[in-house]
Amino acid sequence: MPENQNFNPEDGLPIRNTRAGKVSKYKIEHYVAPLEETPLQAVDSVKETGKPLSMWAEAWRSLRKQPLFIISTLLIIAVMVVAAFPQLFTSIDPTGNQACLLENSNEPARQGHIMGFNLQGCDIYARTIYGTRASLLVGVFTTLIVVLLGGAIGALAGYYGGWIDTILARLGDIFFALPLILGAIIVMQLPAFRENRSVWTVIITLAIFGWPQLARITRGAVIEARNADFVKASRALGLSKFSALVKHVIPNSLAPIIVVATVNLGVYIVAEATLSFLGVGLPPDVMSWGNDISSARTQLRNNPTMLMWPALFLSVTVLSFIMLGDAVRDALDPKARKGA
Amino acid sequence: MLSFTLKRIAQLIPVFIGATLLVYFLVFATPGDPIAALSGGKPMSDATKAALSAQYNLDKPFWVQYGLYLKNLVTLDLGTSFSGQEVKEMLARAFPVTARLAILALLIESVFGIIFGVIAGMRKGKLFDSTVLIASLLVIAVPTFVLGFLLQYVVGVKLEWAKPTVSGSATWGELILPALVLGLVSLAYVLRLTRTSIIENKTADYVRTATAKGLSRNRVVTVHILRNSLIPVVTYLGADLGALMGGAIVTEGIFNVPGVGHLLYQAIQKGETPTVVAVVGVLVIVFVIANLIVDMLYALLDPRIRYA
Repeated sequence: MPENQNFNPEDGLPIRNTRAGKVSKYKIEHYVAPLEETPLQAVDSVKETGKPLSMWAEAWRSLRKQPLFIISTLLIIAVMVVAAFPQLFTSIDPTGNQACLLENSNEPARQGHIMGFNLQGCDIYARTIYGTRASLLVGVFTTLIVVLLGGAIGALAGYYGGWIDTILARLGDIFFALPLILGAIIVMQLPAFRENRSVWTVIITLAIFGWPQLARITRGAVIEARNADFVKASRALGLSKFSALVKHVIPNSLAPIIVVATVNLGVYIVAEATLSFLGVGLPPDVMSWGNDISSARTQLRNNPTMLMWPALFLSVTVLSFIMLGDAVRDALDPKARKGA
Repeated sequence: MLSFTLKRIAQLIPVFIGATLLVYFLVFATPGDPIAALSGGKPMSDATKAALSAQYNLDKPFWVQYGLYLKNLVTLDLGTSFSGQEVKEMLARAFPVTARLAILALLIESVFGIIFGVIAGMRKGKLFDSTVLIASLLVIAVPTFVLGFLLQYVVGVKLEWAKPTVSGSATWGELILPALVLGLVSLAYVLRLTRTSIIENKTADYVRTATAKGLSRNRVVTVHILRNSLIPVVTYLGADLGALMGGAIVTEGIFNVPGVGHLLYQAIQKGETPTVVAVVGVLVIVFVIANLIVDMLYALLDPRIRYA
């Protein structure tokens, strides 16, 4: 038995009397540091009663401080405003009768026309501003269709598995064997598409070849979420299989879908420009960055600004969507955040 | 390994049939008159229509049509273009050029992408890493054809380091600039993938073990970290071959390279649907075979995959 311990003479048990500043029954002083609890630092305190933040709130908290996120969001908002109200940014209406004067052909920049004129004598700045809408429309609507279609198909395949999964996986493989641009060229060549060329035919074409990628990503995410304990628990509590999919599985597989969709929005804008450049995209009378870049190619040596401005607008827009996707990925993936 | 290979080949057959069926269906069975499309919208006599219908087997039921198309594709009987040239001969002339272009592009993107990716990953957060990351973002955001024009203008016209367009023989040297343009976007993706993968793997237990064994840093990086990081990169490179073929249409147009992309582009411009279908069919075959090769490489890099 250790010697330095005190015992209660009545029951022989050790006396737990080590409180600082007190003297025990036997008047032996104990030199022990005062047992005052170290005050918690404000940062360390945890509100135990508060509800824990959801994954999204957590992500939002880290996102809103990220310069990359702030810059890209501001740029995207700016581009959207330009697309919605182009007349706010230029007093010249490039669709008007007097918009293009051949006497201005390839004229350099001057007062009121900061980017100069193109071959047809149209103001490059006004055309670039008005071209925003078509490019953005293609990006946004293609992404929407791809997310809804690919997301639904991928979720069903991943969640129910079995023959649905097999068929959908093979179908995806088949579409994968056709590269986006190649497939889009073929579809845009179809009589039904060639005769009704518009923003919508481009959107549909890009969506046809874009959905397999999203379906694959959704499928992977759903399979991961499907086996989570909280899904099993909800099923055990009597939730139907489909309700569990809608209520628990899909919300928990959204993160990779959002990231890929954001990045792809930029990719679709580039694809539209590429198709327009090849002459099978938007009809020539639609003002878009792709069409303007395409018509600039013959004038590259005389008038490089004609290529530069629409290309710059397009690149900045695409860059902001890619950066936004990157920022959201970092925020939603705690593993990546830790390593960053 | 043999059974794995056979299994993969067996899985590719339905993909190949499905993809060609899709192309064929899209072109010949959708609403709209393919014969009218063949004439470029100009009016033609009933006799011509009937003759064209018979030539492209359009008077037969769909499945027979498709079967004949598949048979022609496999036996490389690709028909003739409107100008009477054999599509097979045109392809035989154009294909080696595009193959050279694609090989150069793949070489450029894999060599530079992996080297830069490894350096950036090993020096995460340093100046080199940030510079390379920003540069890769810029390359991804700028469309290939804009990059192509700019490089053609700067390198070919202003600096005169290379010829801005390619001659009919399309030698390896002439193709370096177009291949750089073609591979640049993929280079950026390869770089980012390699970097992420390296960062993930460099703290793995087996890396610590290798270092603790006293292996040199070079050996640890090249044999242990790199090999394990290459799997996603190789997958990407395989899938990228398809993107390269799509991109080749643009790049070959800009630099006037007489390759498959150029052929396809001209066929599209002239509305030569049968040529388009034939060429795309061949490209699908190439793509499917490339993915098979990637699967094999995959199994070599990661023995676990073979038993899965």
